[in-house]
This record gives sequence, C-alpha cells and structure tokens, in this order.
Amino acid sequence: MNNAFIIGQYVPGESIVHRLDPRTKMVVIFLFVIIVFFANSFWSYALLAVFSLACALFTRIKFSYIIKGLTPVWFLIIFTFLLHLIVTKEGDILFRIFTYPVYAGGVMQGAAISLRFFLLIMVTSLLTLTTTPIEITDAIESLLQPLKKIRFPVHELALMMSISLRFIPTLLQETEKISKAQASRGVDFKTGRVKERIQAVVPLLVPLFVSAFKRAEELAMAMEARGYQGGEGRTKLRELKIQQRDILVFGVFALLIVGLLFTRA
Amino acid sequence: MDISFKNVSYTYQLNTPFEHKAIEDMSFNIPSGSFVAIVGHTGSGKSTLIQHLNGLLQPTAGEVAIGSYRLTAEKKLKDLKELRSKVGIVFQYPEHQLFEETVAKDIAFGPLNFGVEQQEIEKRTAEALKAVQLPEGMLERSPFELSGGQMRRVAIAGVLAVQPEVLILDEPTAGLDPRGQKDMMEMFKRLHKQEGLTTILVTHSMEDALVYADHVMIMDHGRKYMEGSPQEVFVKKEELKRVDLDVPEIIQFIFKVREMFPTDLNYHGQTIPELAEELGRITRGDIHE
Amino acid sequence: MGYNFIEFKNVSFRYGENMPWVLENVSFQIKSDEWIAIIGHNGSGKSTIAKLMNGLLSPQKGTILIDGMEVNEDTIWEIRKKIGMVFQNPDNQFVGTTVQDDVAFGMENRGVPRQEMLKRLEDSLSAVGMQDYELREPHRLSGGQKQRVAIAGVLAISPQAIILDEATAMLDPNGRKEIMDTIRSVKKKHPLSLITITHDLNEVTLVDRVIVMNKGKVWLEASPRQVFSRKKELLEIGLDIPFIAKLAGHLSQQGMPLKNEPLSHEELLEELWTYHSKM
Repeated sequence: MNNAFIIGQYVPGESIVHRLDPRTKMVVIFLFVIIVFFANSFWSYALLAVFSLACALFTRIKFSYIIKGLTPVWFLIIFTFLLHLIVTKEGDILFRIFTYPVYAGGVMQGAAISLRFFLLIMVTSLLTLTTTPIEITDAIESLLQPLKKIRFPVHELALMMSISLRFIPTLLQETEKISKAQASRGVDFKTGRVKERIQAVVPLLVPLFVSAFKRAEELAMAMEARGYQGGEGRTKLRELKIQQRDILVFGVFALLIVGLLFTRA
Repeated sequence: MDISFKNVSYTYQLNTPFEHKAIEDMSFNIPSGSFVAIVGHTGSGKSTLIQHLNGLLQPTAGEVAIGSYRLTAEKKLKDLKELRSKVGIVFQYPEHQLFEETVAKDIAFGPLNFGVEQQEIEKRTAEALKAVQLPEGMLERSPFELSGGQMRRVAIAGVLAVQPEVLILDEPTAGLDPRGQKDMMEMFKRLHKQEGLTTILVTHSMEDALVYADHVMIMDHGRKYMEGSPQEVFVKKEELKRVDLDVPEIIQFIFKVREMFPTDLNYHGQTIPELAEELGRITRGDIHE
Repeated sequence: MGYNFIEFKNVSFRYGENMPWVLENVSFQIKSDEWIAIIGHNGSGKSTIAKLMNGLLSPQKGTILIDGMEVNEDTIWEIRKKIGMVFQNPDNQFVGTTVQDDVAFGMENRGVPRQEMLKRLEDSLSAVGMQDYELREPHRLSGGQKQRVAIAGVLAISPQAIILDEATAMLDPNGRKEIMDTIRSVKKKHPLSLITITHDLNEVTLVDRVIVMNKGKVWLEASPRQVFSRKKELLEIGLDIPFIAKLAGHLSQQGMPLKNEPLSHEELLEELWTYHSKM
C-alpha cells in the first residue's frame, strides 16, 4: 500500500471515536473547522491543539500512523510557514538568512497559520480513519433529510454513493485485469512519449466503460427484481442512534467553544 | 520454446503488512510442443503462475526461463515486448478486452503494437479469423454487436494474429454452453497441432484435462502438488481427494465397477464406446479383460 | 400435490418490432412445489422466460399467470414479492456494501420493520451457511459465497418461487457444489417452486421435470430420465448428455437390455449387476 493512500483509509477499531454516531463526528468536525479560524492567541491555539491531540489519542490508532498519513500535506504546511516567513514584515528582525531579514511577526504568523492548517487536516482525517465510507453516507443522508422538503433527492444521492463505494474495488480489479490483457497484446503503459501514453489508455478505458455499462444495466435489473421502487415506503437496516457518548462529546465541544472565547485575545 | 521454472516464488506486496505468498518454490519443465493442463482450485496460484510466462509478473525468487528469455527477481528483462510477442495469453472472458470499432481493427491491434508490417497484418487478420472459424464478412462489423461466443472468438483471433509460439488459455470455455465449450476445445486442439504450439491450459475441468492434455500439473496452495501424464495423475484418487479435487467421471466409474465385479479393468485412455464394450465383456462373464 | 403456480399461455416475445421472435407460442405450467429445470442452447430463449415470470420483460402475445394473477403493470410489485430471482453474475447483483446490507436490500424495499428484518436476516443467512460473514465486503467473498448471499437475500422475503437464472454458470466446481447443496437444503425445508435455468447436466438430474427449449419453442417437457433417453436428438439441438447416459446408450447399442434410463453411477451399476447375475 502506498503511504499517500492512508489519508482517508479506514482503520477498523472499537474505540469510543469509532463507535460515535457518524453524524456527531461530522457535525463536530464541521464546527471545528469553523472555530479554528477564531483562534488568535497562544492559549487559544494551545486549547485547540490539546483538543485535537486528545481526539487523536481516543481513536487508539497509533499516533505515528496518523502523522504518517499526513505525509502528502506536510509539504503544504511547510510551504505555508515559509511563505509567511518571507512575506510578513512585522516586529523585530530576529535574524538574517544571508542578507534576507526574518521578522518575529513572520515566525509567529507562520507558526500560527501552519498549526491551524495542521489541526484542520489532522482532525478531518480522524473522521475517515474511524468511520467507514458507508457510515459517512448514512450520516450524509440523515443530515440532509431537511432538504427533502425542497425535493432534493437525498435518498437517491445516498444510494448512488453507497453503490459507488460498493463497486470501487470491483472496478479496480477489472482495471488491473484489462490492463494486463492489453499489456499482453503489446501495449506499453509505462514508457514512451506523453502522446503515446495517452493513446495507450484508450484500449483500457473503452473496455472499462463497456463493462461498467453492462454492470449498471444488470444491477438495475437485479434491483428491480428485488422490489426497489425508490425511497418511498422503504425501511432501513442501518440505524443511526444518538447515544449518551454523543451527548457527552457535544458537551465537551461546547466547553471548548466557551474556553476559546475566554482565551481569545 | 521450452519453459522451465527453477524454485520460483511470488509474493504479492512484498515487505508490507499485506504480504501474500501466491506461489512458492515451484520447479518444473514444459518441453516445446506439449499440451499441458494446470489444474487447481481458485486461489491455488494458477493465474499468478501464468503471468510469469510473459513477464506480467517477475518472480520474487527463483528463475523462469522461456526459450532464451530469463526472468529473475534481480534483473528486469529488457526485451519484454519481444517475449510478449512470442507468448500469447487468452485471459478468462477475453471478450472483455475488445475495444476497437471493427473486428478487423481489434484483431490487428496486437500485431500493430509488435511492429508487424501493414500488408502482413492484413494477411494475418484474415488467417486468424479463419482459424477461429468466423466468416470473413465479419471483419468490418463492430465486435460489440456480435454474440458472446463470437466475441470470444474475435478476442482469441487477436491473440493468434500475433503468431505466438506459446499459447496460454485461462479457462477459455467459461460461460459457454456445452456445444460451445466442446467446439472451443476442439479448435484449440486443432491449432495446437497445426501451428505446432506449446499450449498451456488452465482449467477446473478434469474432463478437459483428461481429454486434451498430454501432461497435467496439479497445484495446491501455491505449490506444485503433482504432475505427470493424465493417465498417471487422474487415477490417484486418494491424493486428489486430499486437495479436494475430483477424479474425472469415467475413471470414477471404472473404480466403482472394480469394487463390484472381479475384474482388473483399468483406465488406459479408452473412449466411452470402448468402455461400453469392455463392460459388456465383464458383465457377460468374460472376466479376462 | 401443489397447484399451478406459474402458467404460460401461448406466450410470444421479441425485443423489438422488426426483431425475430425470441419466444414463440410458449405454454407450460409449473406447480407450487415443483422443481423444474429449463435447459437449451445459448439463445434458445430460456433466460427470457425467467425475466417474463417476474415482469422484467412483458410479452407481446399471450398471458402469464403467477399464483392466479396476470402479470401486468399493476401486479408486478405484488408478483415480485412472490418470486425471488438469482442472476448469473455474482458481482452485478450484489447491491449492499456488506453481506448484511445486501441481504436486507429486498426487505428494505418492501418496508419490513427493522426488528423483523434482523430476525429474518439471521435466519436466511444461516439457511445458506453464511451467518459468520455478516460484515464481509463483497470483494472479499468467493463467487460461490456471493451467490449464497444472493440466495439469502431472496429467502429473506419468503417468496413462493425462486428462479436461478444460470446462477452457477460463472462459478468454479466448488462454488457450484456450494450452491447445489444450498438449494437442496432450501428445497427440503421450504415447499416452494424452484426453477433452475442451467447448462449443468448434474443439476438437471436432480429435478422433478425438465423443460427443453429449442429456438424459442418448448421442445420437450419430461422427467430427466425421459429427457436423457433421447440422446441423439438432444445432441442435434446443441445440448449435451451426462456421462452415464452416454455410456448407457453405448451399452444398449451393444444389445445390453437396460430397463430404465440410468441417472446415476449407482443405477447403472445396478443394471450391470442384474444383467451379470442373469448370465
């Protein structure tokens, strides 16, 4: 497995974070993304950092694993830091790199912004690390319920998402199979000029589309045979229930907001 | 081309937590011109094995030799493309690889990739179509409007048009009706003889292995379990049972006859009418068979 | 003895105005507790019959009655409650992201209350021997297991008939065995009508009655024994016969009198023994 794929890859577990209602996780993370932008003092940042670290610890996933998962975004974080260092010209000059002056304000702001960025990404990645894609789909369906009133196809959207999730591994297997078959017929996917490489994709894409259409057709027929007539009158096996632990989490989060208001400069 | 495996192993996703050994320490020889059946359950490593024969996979240990080409864990084969032009693979459900607008173009795709001249390609396309017993009028039609069986033949023609010396067939009859299956196997038998191919058939069907192959290799859990002529391998009822494989039906029946009648009836490659004759003699009391 | 559950009366079907008829004037009945095999070469119209039975297609001529109800726009949803269907490709009928979601899909569509759903989920999964796989994802199941899940999904809606439309065609020998064992045990426990559409001759020997299709017409309706006694004609219409029937054919050609068309090794051995004792 490529490290780059750890972002968003579900790690099975039984921790309290895993067992939270996915709606709780989504709402909390959504609010967190907003309040991160309200932090503006050392203590307010510290408070947010402690909260995020605590969340990460409660998942019982190895911290090093979570950090490793962020590898692809480290570059962005460092880049942000450097950018502020160069652009911001406030406060005392701390030191010079060659002749270029580095201001204290730049260091402060760079650190603050990168930390904000880091916390954002880490907390969001906790959602996908502890929640299966299908739980996320369920949560979206449930949270979007109010939109049904304005005829937004909430059920259809959720069904489409869950079927896509279901077929991703199948289509990946299929892609591998067809690319091997075409490689055996002399297609070279790995070398050659850009134009040649783009051309090499055609014998792969056409069969994939053909098969995806065939699958879709058969799936639609199977669904119909199994009595699917849209969302009306359907019951659901998957059930989302707010538990005590969810209420507890909302309580803690409310305290965090209050704390943030007090520590703001 | 002679094929030989020397202590070949292949591990998927080596050095990761997802490591998975697919074949382990396999050694065998396939002399040029033989018709070999590879039999084993799903997951026994058959597909991994055949992917080594044209360099789709590189062994993680050991050495694979196909004619003068060598595949090892250490060295990447430079003339991979040349090897692929000599070893053709008909994958399971090969009709899934069709993509061109016309049958002719799809058949020509392989030869074109391997740098065959245009004139020669046209000649080969016509020949390949004939070899898979499709009418010439089909060349300008779209492969997607043909029947399932015809599509499969077009895909096979695409592999034949490259004129490989080794032909690998992965479950070539899956999903066909009984007549389609028989026609398809008879076609491969004819091609094997006519073109002097080395044919490797991966199959679940003991019956096909018995009828068409001159050498059988049984695989189990990524290892070679047994090999020999069909007559040697398929009479070993106990050994086959241990890996959950059945003896071909004709041999099963002969065993049952032997339990019931005092006879030394044996499987020696007889056809059903021949067996009927032998049974007639036994039941009439001409015990000496 | 069951009653006529499925009835085809002079049914003809084609896919379009100018297309050839796929089925022509097809009539037959299937009893509520019968096990039927429909065989025929590819393109003989057998899968079309399956799709007509639960209204996935509708005929241009003739009528189809299910449990006394005519199949039409108004009745199809009622009829789909009575008839469960398992298709050929294990992947393309697996809707759920896990085994339990897939089995529940049909129940969810019919508005089965959740409590009831949980109970039926457990029952139907154990009926097919998949009770330990509730949370498995489809790509981590074998073809045979996926088809067993499909059968469980059908059982969960307690239908009166199950159609297996070449449900074993894409499976390996082990997968086929799994499905046949499952089907046999289901048939034993539930008095339902079972329609197997197949190429596999071993499946055919198990059934009560065989409908042989040829070029869109019913060619023969008879017991497996009677069907396999017409060896030459079966081969002529592109079908095969089992090894035992072939051997029996050659034996009788040699003048060995066989009382009954044997269907299994044991039956043929017995015939041989009787013949031997008389010598």
